[in-house]
Amino acid sequence: MPQPLDYLKETASQTAGPYVHIGLIPAMAGFDIFEKNFSNVLVTPNTQGERITLEGKVLDGSGSPLRDVLLEIWQANAAGRYNHPADRSVGALDEEFRGWGRGGSDFESGVVTFETIKPGAITDKAGRKCAPHVNVWIVARGINIGLNTRLYFSDEEAANAADPVLNLVEPQVRRKTLIATRSERAGKVVYSFTINLQGPDETVFFDV
Amino acid sequence: MNVQAPALRDPRLNSPEPFTPRDGGFFQRDRTIHPPAYAPGYKSSVLRSPRQALLSLENSVSEITGPVFGHNDLGALDNDLIRNYAKDGDPVGERIIVHGRVLDETGRGVPNTLVEFWQANAGGRYRHKKDTYLAPIDPNFGGCGRALTDDTGYYYFRTVKPGPYPWRNFVNSWRPAHIHFSVFGSGFAQRLITQMYFEGDPLIPVCPILTTIPDKDALDRLVAPLDLNASTPFDSLAYRFDIVLRGQRSTYFENRPEGN
Repeated sequence: MPQPLDYLKETASQTAGPYVHIGLIPAMAGFDIFEKNFSNVLVTPNTQGERITLEGKVLDGSGSPLRDVLLEIWQANAAGRYNHPADRSVGALDEEFRGWGRGGSDFESGVVTFETIKPGAITDKAGRKCAPHVNVWIVARGINIGLNTRLYFSDEEAANAADPVLNLVEPQVRRKTLIATRSERAGKVVYSFTINLQGPDETVFFDV
Repeated sequence: MNVQAPALRDPRLNSPEPFTPRDGGFFQRDRTIHPPAYAPGYKSSVLRSPRQALLSLENSVSEITGPVFGHNDLGALDNDLIRNYAKDGDPVGERIIVHGRVLDETGRGVPNTLVEFWQANAGGRYRHKKDTYLAPIDPNFGGCGRALTDDTGYYYFRTVKPGPYPWRNFVNSWRPAHIHFSVFGSGFAQRLITQMYFEGDPLIPVCPILTTIPDKDALDRLVAPLDLNASTPFDSLAYRFDIVLRGQRSTYFENRPEGN
């Protein structure tokens, strides 16, 4: 017998359930309890970068919107730097940008929004330029383990074409499921997205 | 039913030797211990599970980094569910302390990480506008809290033991008593939501959500044992719940311009 590899095992995931808002967005559950709350607004008045709204829905295998879904996003700042000590890239840190937010879908429409900034491009360990993107994590009733995906931007065609992750998606037709579409509404920049959990236009999900 | 074994400690934790920083990718997730996306006994997973394979991604800076939280994000009563929504007295129910460590797969404590938790009240009723179960709301109980782990990965909070409740899956499905947990870790790829169950609960083996987990040992690790040693005489019982997040590789020889 060789020496045992005594690693621990990861704790198993369980669904967040339909009442996830109680713990993570109590105002949506219908009550006020914490002095400070996390939200879907990632910017302060002093955050650097282009203000954008991310707006989308998560659809189930019947094409119906999930109205009890919770999304979290994690992204770099406008200079392409994550607000975390393990990011040793040269881009400047923005003290006014944590880079993380959470949002619940509207109980009627299923729409989820985030107010954030457009992230800068980052460089991966191999020195390759990665197209600007937002990392997305999805939990809900019926989802047993959180789903990871990414949002890229429709107006970054050249960068998207060279992105090392998008290029890993072998059926090229599936790459478009990761692209949010830019439009302008009342002077605000909005990127719209649809996440399909299942079916012919199923979004690409990652085992990160 | 086996309850949680005491967590192993990485001997390097106490070593005076400096070691290479853990800034590589996370250990690959062992998906055989997690519930599959499609688990038809849990009916709402049927339409909410991808049918395509997940695309495996080598961790880049997007995955090994994640949000950092501090004490200024929390309020003084955030880890005390007996007091953080008290209006005119204490909530009704069994007073308990829940405590444990957040570790990674190498046995190291995960320091300064955010742990959030939410639950039903003693009668199994959630304070949520969508919960219509006939058991009453407790006017002194909100049902959520949060804590930051200390330097060793330790957390604790005080609450009342939640009750089981019925739900629409099969005609007569009841959830075991449970507390939902959300944990961040140091990188976004460690993000985890799970549920803690209580030692000895006979609803555990018949729950369609819990039995989505294919691995018996993984299921047992979600069951918190009674911890009399941590209880407070004439005040509160205690349960111990350790949470293990993915380990992280060192970058021993990776070709980094700035060196190791």
